[in-house]
Amino acid sequence: MKLKSLAVLALVFGSAMAHADKLSAPDHPKWKAECGSCHIAFPPQLLTKSDWQQVMGGLDKHFGTNAALDAKDAQEILDYLQRYAGTGSKYSAPSLKISDTPWFTREHREVSARAWSDPAVKSRSNCTACHVNAERGDWSERGIRMPAGLSGERDDD
Amino acid sequence: MIARNTCIALLLLAGAGQVLAETPAALTSGYAAEAAKSTPGFAPSAQRGQGFVSKDWGVSGKMASCTTCHGANLKADGKHVITGKSIAPLSPAVNPERFTSLAKAEKWFKRNCTEVVGRECTAAEKADFIQFVTRGG
Repeated sequence: MKLKSLAVLALVFGSAMAHADKLSAPDHPKWKAECGSCHIAFPPQLLTKSDWQQVMGGLDKHFGTNAALDAKDAQEILDYLQRYAGTGSKYSAPSLKISDTPWFTREHREVSARAWSDPAVKSRSNCTACHVNAERGDWSERGIRMPAGLSGERDDD
Repeated sequence: MIARNTCIALLLLAGAGQVLAETPAALTSGYAAEAAKSTPGFAPSAQRGQGFVSKDWGVSGKMASCTTCHGANLKADGKHVITGKSIAPLSPAVNPERFTSLAKAEKWFKRNCTEVVGRECTAAEKADFIQFVTRGG
């Protein structure tokens, strides 16, 4: 009996770790389709509930573009984003840009200015320029491929 | 009796499939029929569509024309001018998913026309657009 509980605990911890590592949330076709056309569908964990609420409340002026959804779809997607949202100030930014959050800045501290302005990267919202399998939910270090000519722009330690 | 009911149900399903079939040609004729209400005799034109697709509308600073993001070759991938994300080809010849959902076509016409053209597109423009993308792209 004791052994069984331990096994269950191990499973729970194991899956929690994998969860954090992969930035994964259950697939949500509407989120993927509606949030993944102009940029990839960004993981819900990367902003707080309150930030997602503000993002989804201003889709008609979404970082300079009209990305309006009908009310029902918008609510359904907001529910999903908030269910798996990040917690704490490191997943929040006044600009509502994931790339301005303390978490993003820290994770990308080794990326040079030259890499960010490379034509193959162009924008901090272009995750797949380096995280080549991000659309399939693979954000691992092993899955990172810097665009041609930028391989020396990142320390691998 | 059961067999007969099943037959009727199958026939009904097949009928519904016919009505709901959404293809580039069906979308074009739907828009053309709507355009013909205000312009009797309207027929979709790939040539007008080409002019529309490549026109610099001078409305949006970054997104001047359709080709800004979709590229001049509609059979090749486009690239979102702001985010850099790859956009699957518009041409149904190489991307069979295109123009197979009226709701999806309407959503993107609404967003992109507002952005690039500065207003919603007319049914005539939509018919010409799909005609060009399908036949001439």
